[in-house]
Amino acid sequence: MSDIAVSVNDVSKRFRMYAERNQSLKAALMRGRRASYEDFWALRDVSFEIPVGSTFGLIGENGSGKSTLLKVIARILRPDQGAVAINGSLAALLELGSGFHPELSGRENVYLNGSILGMNRKQIDAKFDEIVDFSGIETFIDQPVKNYSSGMYVRLGFAVAINVDPDILLVDEVLAVGDATFQEKCMEKFAEFRRAGRTVVIVSHAMGSLRSMCDRAVWLRQGEVVRVGDATGIVDDYIDDGHVERERDRERRDEGQARETVIVDGRWGSGEVQLTDVEVLDAAGRKTHLLRTGDPATIRLHFHCERPIDKPVFGLAIENLDGVYVWAHNSRDGDYVPERIEGDGSVDLAIPALPLQGGTFDLIASVVDYTTTHVFDFLRHCYRFDVGEGYPRESGGIVVLNGKWTGLDAKPSTAPIAR
Amino acid sequence: MSLVGELRTSQDLLLNLTKREITGKYKRTALGQAWSLVNPLAQMAIYSLVFGFVLQNNVGPAHPSGLHVFALWLSAALLPWIFFTNVMTSGMAAILSNSNLVKKVYFPRYTLVVSSTLSWLFTFAIEISVLIVVVLIFGGMPLLYLPGIVIAMILLATLGLGLGFMLAVANVYFRDTSHFISILVQVWFYATPIVYPLTLIEGKARDHPGWHILTIYRMNPMERFSEVFRAFIYENRMPPTATVLYVIVVPVVVLVLGFAIFQRFEGAMAEEL
Repeated sequence: MSDIAVSVNDVSKRFRMYAERNQSLKAALMRGRRASYEDFWALRDVSFEIPVGSTFGLIGENGSGKSTLLKVIARILRPDQGAVAINGSLAALLELGSGFHPELSGRENVYLNGSILGMNRKQIDAKFDEIVDFSGIETFIDQPVKNYSSGMYVRLGFAVAINVDPDILLVDEVLAVGDATFQEKCMEKFAEFRRAGRTVVIVSHAMGSLRSMCDRAVWLRQGEVVRVGDATGIVDDYIDDGHVERERDRERRDEGQARETVIVDGRWGSGEVQLTDVEVLDAAGRKTHLLRTGDPATIRLHFHCERPIDKPVFGLAIENLDGVYVWAHNSRDGDYVPERIEGDGSVDLAIPALPLQGGTFDLIASVVDYTTTHVFDFLRHCYRFDVGEGYPRESGGIVVLNGKWTGLDAKPSTAPIAR
Repeated sequence: MSLVGELRTSQDLLLNLTKREITGKYKRTALGQAWSLVNPLAQMAIYSLVFGFVLQNNVGPAHPSGLHVFALWLSAALLPWIFFTNVMTSGMAAILSNSNLVKKVYFPRYTLVVSSTLSWLFTFAIEISVLIVVVLIFGGMPLLYLPGIVIAMILLATLGLGLGFMLAVANVYFRDTSHFISILVQVWFYATPIVYPLTLIEGKARDHPGWHILTIYRMNPMERFSEVFRAFIYENRMPPTATVLYVIVVPVVVLVLGFAIFQRFEGAMAEEL
């Protein structure tokens, strides 16, 4: 038994982009032999190996070829060059419930979909109760699936697919199905799957969950491999790289605009006080878009008053890219309310040590009156910053708690944490 | 997984896909599965009326069964024809109509085409059974030729499946195929002695001996199948040996060729959909 589950050797995949996408006989005859198209290489000389029992992530921007690669591994697309060697049975969760027939009942569809995914009748019989139980739609199992809600549809599809019990499971962004309870069940199932020594290949944009789930990863950019290796390191580099890209964009944008302009995609308020700029400053007081875990930082709000304002309250909040409301604080709760402001000025919020794990975050800033019911100005996502790896270094999630393990007699490892 | 295991799992898949086709086809209709009989019955009634009554199409009494019922004579060739066109056209559409599945899941694609054939074979078996019962009531003795009828049904399915494989590929690349085929089917229908007897063509052929009309006409495998099914069910006799050989060789060749073409293009289908 080899310890390589999937071996991708020099795989290239080309798509033809026809100038006119006309699938008709007439068009083919008219064009003759010289059909006009441009080659687009979705994958180019991609090589890597996925060891048995690993959870392997495919990382990259949209259009980097992740999904194409997954489809090539799933044998749905055939590579134009190179080959993929697969060791063991394989199932792909590319689109859940795609084989369902709407007029047939859930029960019939379980058998149908199960056999499409490669199970025989006996195997489905044995798994049937587990599948129904997992999907949580016992009462509706004999109803036609067209009467199912989209959530039920997807849950049943997931339940069938995950119970195929392949040696290798391919997953494409389908972790985000169902409600929180169901997601938890899915994660548990994945964990069980991994504990059983099976291989999972995941495509996802949720970097946090990729980092905590995967042990190895490949990073693709425009169809080519940037790096293969330890997942944590690659996810961090990927985030840092994305930061550099965005920084370039930002510079390009800034050149054409006045310095004071705040980039927003949501702003409202009565305007007696306007927030003219939002800045994040590092320890040296320089404006930055990249901080590291544990760094001291300052968030500075610049404002302009149309008329003198009594007892204004400034507010700040942080959201991550998944839209999780990570933190919020206002100056009234911070017991810092000036009697009156007028003209132009600024206010700082000092953070002694940034307790955020790696990721990208957006700031929300506001200025309201003392009762916090009247909004002068509210800026959603006015400042984006990245957090890179720093100290303390914790395993996953959004926040850093600076926790310490105690209670047992354990020596700290002398080797530095693998990166 | 061993080859046998692979075949076993795809056997289950075939069964489930066929069941989906059969049960899904008439879901939510009041008549349900009965529709599969109503359709051929309606066609039979129309053609009987038009060709048997209005056009005074004279079909002599059958030998040796002695039957002389135009509707039964017609049905013995019409039901196989309807079955054949259903197999061919649904095979043609099988990949395209399941494109969401083909694009998202890997499984042997031929199962889609084969299962559509099997589902029509199921309906065809019911139709032929009903026809045999009716022929029995009218005094024919087709039961003796039941094995022959079953083999002829399988061979006809083979022919339709082989063409279905080829057309399924063509249909993925050129969507015109289905429109073109619907016209071809109409021409083909009248080029086959279903609503008129072969003697009509033989008469014309005798008038123009140099044109090889009959030779060309009889190259049509559906002409041969009509002869076979009529011989077994209506006339209750063995068809001529040459015809028997023809309906064995042509379908097998067509299927082998069709499957080879299908396999050649199978891998590239997902991105063409």
